[in-house]
Amino acid sequence: MRITQGTFSYLPDFTDDEIGAQIQYAIDQGWAVAIEFSDDPHPRNVLWEMWGLPMFDIADASAGLHEVTACRAAHPDHYIRVMAYDASLGRQTTALSFIVNRPAHEPGFRLDRQEAPDRRIHYTLHSYAADQPSGERYATNGARGET
Amino acid sequence: MTAEHHTAGPDIAGPGRWNAGVIPYAEMGYYEPDYVPKDTDVLAAFRISPQPGVPPEEAGAAVAGESSTATWTVVWTDRLTAYEHYQAKCYRVDPVPGREGEYIAYIAYDIDLFEEGSIPNLTSSIIGNVFGFKALRALRLEDMRIPLAYVKTFQGPPHGIVMEREYLNKYGRPLLGATTKPKLGLSARNYGRVVYEALRGGLDFTKDDENINSQPFMRWRDRFLFTMEAVHRATERTGEIKGHYLNVTAATMEDMYERADFAKELGSVIVMIDLTVGYTAMHSMSRWARKNGVILHLHRAGHGTYTRQKTHGVSFRVISKWCRLIGVDHIHAGTVVGKLEGDPSMVRGYYDTLRESRIPLDLSQGIYFDQDWGSMPGTMPVASGGIHAGQMHQLLGYLGEDVVLQFGGGTIGHPSGVAAGATANRVAVEAMIKARNEGRDFVREGEDILTDAAKQCRELQVALDTWGDITFNYESTDTPDVVVTPTA
Repeated sequence: MRITQGTFSYLPDFTDDEIGAQIQYAIDQGWAVAIEFSDDPHPRNVLWEMWGLPMFDIADASAGLHEVTACRAAHPDHYIRVMAYDASLGRQTTALSFIVNRPAHEPGFRLDRQEAPDRRIHYTLHSYAADQPSGERYATNGARGET
Repeated sequence: MTAEHHTAGPDIAGPGRWNAGVIPYAEMGYYEPDYVPKDTDVLAAFRISPQPGVPPEEAGAAVAGESSTATWTVVWTDRLTAYEHYQAKCYRVDPVPGREGEYIAYIAYDIDLFEEGSIPNLTSSIIGNVFGFKALRALRLEDMRIPLAYVKTFQGPPHGIVMEREYLNKYGRPLLGATTKPKLGLSARNYGRVVYEALRGGLDFTKDDENINSQPFMRWRDRFLFTMEAVHRATERTGEIKGHYLNVTAATMEDMYERADFAKELGSVIVMIDLTVGYTAMHSMSRWARKNGVILHLHRAGHGTYTRQKTHGVSFRVISKWCRLIGVDHIHAGTVVGKLEGDPSMVRGYYDTLRESRIPLDLSQGIYFDQDWGSMPGTMPVASGGIHAGQMHQLLGYLGEDVVLQFGGGTIGHPSGVAAGATANRVAVEAMIKARNEGRDFVREGEDILTDAAKQCRELQVALDTWGDITFNYESTDTPDVVVTPTA
């Protein structure tokens, strides 16, 4: 499956030039640019790991793109996203968030149903990847038999 | 009040003010052209169409009087009060350019006239009796300035735009929705099928229609069960948070609470109510939504009966203000390009009113006052009714990013199926945001952007082939007086 979180998940994966253009847009808006990575793609997992601090004062997109490249080299099998943060009064939240790296194989989720009386069902979303400890979830070269 | 009384009124100077009988409102203190509104006053702009022979100042004073302390005759019991404090004051009357017999009357109300945090109380004064007043042929409440002091007696939207996005983990683009069709007649199981297909195809939300409550063909509890199965299945398929506006509108608050509680128990992120439930019920549901962490969607069912006509009723921008104060997270506010009424500049005025913190006076958008919301969260406008993927550039251009675009027919009517329709809409919106952020003139180049995106997305190509040239070009009824702008 393909996890479709983020602003641009239904478009073909972005080239570095396309990523750079989005970073440049964020800079032009006065937004801070941050890079985050995770191997827990549960949609309620808000707290991906920060790749350094948000970049508040970069002059152009190349610095941001440099960090994307570095993060990819360090975590090739993780999800990596570029976030832009708007600190202006009244917003003070994320303004843009899109995935720029994902594992070669995304095993997806299982929906667990706990059946209760009166046909009620309590649903829980279970990530197959999270069955393994963090750091061992999306091993390359089929280390866990994944392709 | 009649014209005769006005021309042959009693001597009201000095103690004559208190003689028993009928005297003009203007002379009772309801017209004060020198009055300077206080920062804490509630202000209203009424479009008045006086009966022949009634001077506009007198008509304005009558509106001020009848919407505050006055009755039709002098009452000595006014003298038991500091009545000048409680009298609303018509402080300005302007003829409307190009529209004979119409005037804008500006009226100031002291904040003490209103119960804190109560839209029913505010509206019972401002629109309570006065709209049936015989001395006026027609009356329309165009706009209100809610003073910050009164704004602060409301909590507003239970979540607001910022919290909704953080809750849903969705940023940087309009949210996408669809109303389940056909509106009436689907069984619960079939209904769940439509919801699942639309959500797994790429929409963020699906929606009950305003008149889907609990009819014989589908009772609410069955719908909720099958719909939430569909929502959770779509989340599993995509790894994205999905939602369906479960309409909890019902005959009593007890029923609404029961349905909303059940929706929450099944894990729904959002519930829905119709404007027809009334302001008190909306406010109660707003409190429920805040307490239970469930987003609250409002469908403006019925509003066209009083918002559409230019000379009589209540403008939708006023309804927007009341709804933001009451506290809803979503409200339908027009599409400009779709099948329902909506002049572009007027719709812009509604959207700004709902989303921004400070909205400056701008008559070209029908905004008669500066409005300061303080730090009250914004309400997410919803654009719904006759829109499709081929209009994505116009929708983004007119409505911006903080909006839910709802493609009902434009999802479910896709020749390749519901999921394909959803995918077409999702690809179209992402492609348009990408182009905008890359600095392209996306409104002008919109068709090219969509055509390019469709090269990699068969679903979008089919959507463009099916609906590409569908537009709804009818003249708007509710237009600004200052600049006349045709519907796009």
